Amino acid sequence: MTCDLYSNFTSAMEYGATGHLANQDTRMKTEETLENATNTSIQRGVFLDKLFYHGTRIFAWVVLTVIVAILVSLFLGATPALRKFGLGFLVSTAWNPVTEDFGAFVSIYGTLVTSAIAMLVGVPVSFGIALFITELCPVFLKRPIGIAIELLAAIPSIIYGMWGLFVFAPLFGDYIQPWVSDNLGNVPLVGALFSGPPLGIGVLTAGIILAIMVIPFMSAVMRDMFEVVPPLLKESAYGIGATTWEVVRHVVLPYTKIGVVGGIMLGLGRALGETMAVTFVIGNANRIHASLFMPGNTISSSLANQFTEAVGEMYTSSLIALGLILFLITFVVLAAAKLLLFRIAGREGRRG
Amino acid sequence: MQRLGNVGLYRRRRFVNSLVLIGSLGTTLFGLFWLGWLLWTLLGEGLQYLNLSIFYQATPPPGSNGGLGNAILGSIVLTVVGVLIGAPAGVLAGTYLSEFARESRAASVIRFVNDILLSAPSIILGVFVYEVVVIHMGHFSGFAGSLALALIALPIVVRTTEDMLRLVPNAVREAAAALGAPQWKVTIAIVFRAARSGILTGVLLAVARISGETAPLLFTALNNQFWSHSLNEPIANLPVVIFQFAMSPYEDWQHLAWAGAVLITLTILLINILVRLFLKTPKSRY
Repeated sequence: MTCDLYSNFTSAMEYGATGHLANQDTRMKTEETLENATNTSIQRGVFLDKLFYHGTRIFAWVVLTVIVAILVSLFLGATPALRKFGLGFLVSTAWNPVTEDFGAFVSIYGTLVTSAIAMLVGVPVSFGIALFITELCPVFLKRPIGIAIELLAAIPSIIYGMWGLFVFAPLFGDYIQPWVSDNLGNVPLVGALFSGPPLGIGVLTAGIILAIMVIPFMSAVMRDMFEVVPPLLKESAYGIGATTWEVVRHVVLPYTKIGVVGGIMLGLGRALGETMAVTFVIGNANRIHASLFMPGNTISSSLANQFTEAVGEMYTSSLIALGLILFLITFVVLAAAKLLLFRIAGREGRRG
Repeated sequence: MQRLGNVGLYRRRRFVNSLVLIGSLGTTLFGLFWLGWLLWTLLGEGLQYLNLSIFYQATPPPGSNGGLGNAILGSIVLTVVGVLIGAPAGVLAGTYLSEFARESRAASVIRFVNDILLSAPSIILGVFVYEVVVIHMGHFSGFAGSLALALIALPIVVRTTEDMLRLVPNAVREAAAALGAPQWKVTIAIVFRAARSGILTGVLLAVARISGETAPLLFTALNNQFWSHSLNEPIANLPVVIFQFAMSPYEDWQHLAWAGAVLITLTILLINILVRLFLKTPKSRY
């Protein structure tokens, strides 16, 4: 466009310069062409600007549309099941494709328990890693260790599942579970959680593998949070003789607590929806056991295992209803995480 | 007396401090240990089954020889089509957020929703595409699979594009505008060029992410024992084949699953490492 303008201009100049009779008339013509050229090119620029603006805007709204469409389509798909079972669907433990009697409680329970285990293991570890990288690690190791931890997040979930099933679960069942059973099995209250046959696979195994999978997400958020604590605050604390731990405990954590909680919620959101790794190692049994060693089920593993095999409207619809529940739970958790992280980013003056 | 008490307190504080620091070193080693263990067994189990025929033979019935050729090709096709749909849409949406909407209300809503989509369970996207595409087409198809993958790639590209475009200094935009360039030209010729490597990073990270996704393909692309000739039919793909073969009782199928697992993991790790070494990576990805 600017090129057009330029060539018009130069040709007009040449015309004016070479014409022996460069009278008023031609000069006016020159100005006219110039004006016309400028006008059309400005118009074209305005048009293309509008096109570009609306083009990008449409795609931005696509993102919003996708979320709404997911919600609507899940809701429509789940309608037959929700109409038949009502709110009782949430608390029913039934799952019988033959009599078409379905309930979500076992899957919801499995989802929550595996995620809780993942959080119990993952949060302290993520915190430790973030602490190590920001406060302890020699500078030349920061990047390699950071990348290595991030790579844990890059490995596909199916690889975790396969490795969990063939490598981790057998070792876990042979060595760790019997030991835990022997030592904790007779403790009142806690003992029931760690009783039963050491199968290797089961709810506990799924929870531990989930923990490994969400550690990189949580530690990345915590690390970023710890890094934005103003050095002046930390140095003041060091200056009055505080140890590293005291600085972290009394300066860094209070300063970043909203962000740390946001990071934990983010990890929780990931853990709740994780599918393939859990499907491999949880054992897929629609039963609730007191023991964490026994096989169970999560919403996502039920979907992965049964969706393509589901026959009949009610079966499919019940599975979609499970999906809807999962989507709503993760939506709330992730939204809470984002709101917390927005708040801490607001303090930094710009979105993080 | 007073002095002794202080020494005791000092010792205790030092002790607690070193306990915590040793603990933090321990957790880091714990994290690295899993990565090491996983890669070690993956290479140990998988490399021995990798051979040339894996790449050109189709997946076999149990008990006979075969490879993963159709699944590898299928995965590449699904990933490429998914990125071709998801990446341009994501770049444009990210451009809108960074160049036009900025701090407006609409932008913060879209940003918020995009971040939720980024972490949403991928299996839900599979169910969604099943409902809107597979049911209406009446059969599973490679196209549906690509669409599900595109929906996973979209928020990743939106996020990185916006972040990277925002790193371009405003003075650059103003300089171009002062020369008379309209905004579309400023954006495409100046801002995009400045943020080129960042946008590429987002797209490559999206490729790495979707090439290992299994859950959304289970109900969309399904699987195919043979070579596929069109995107309009079920198509074999590496993740679903690994899932099916690893869960099967047949040893030769499990061996192929290990070989596939090595291929997919090494590809993804390679993309991730190369991107981090050679391109500008976004600071945060949450």
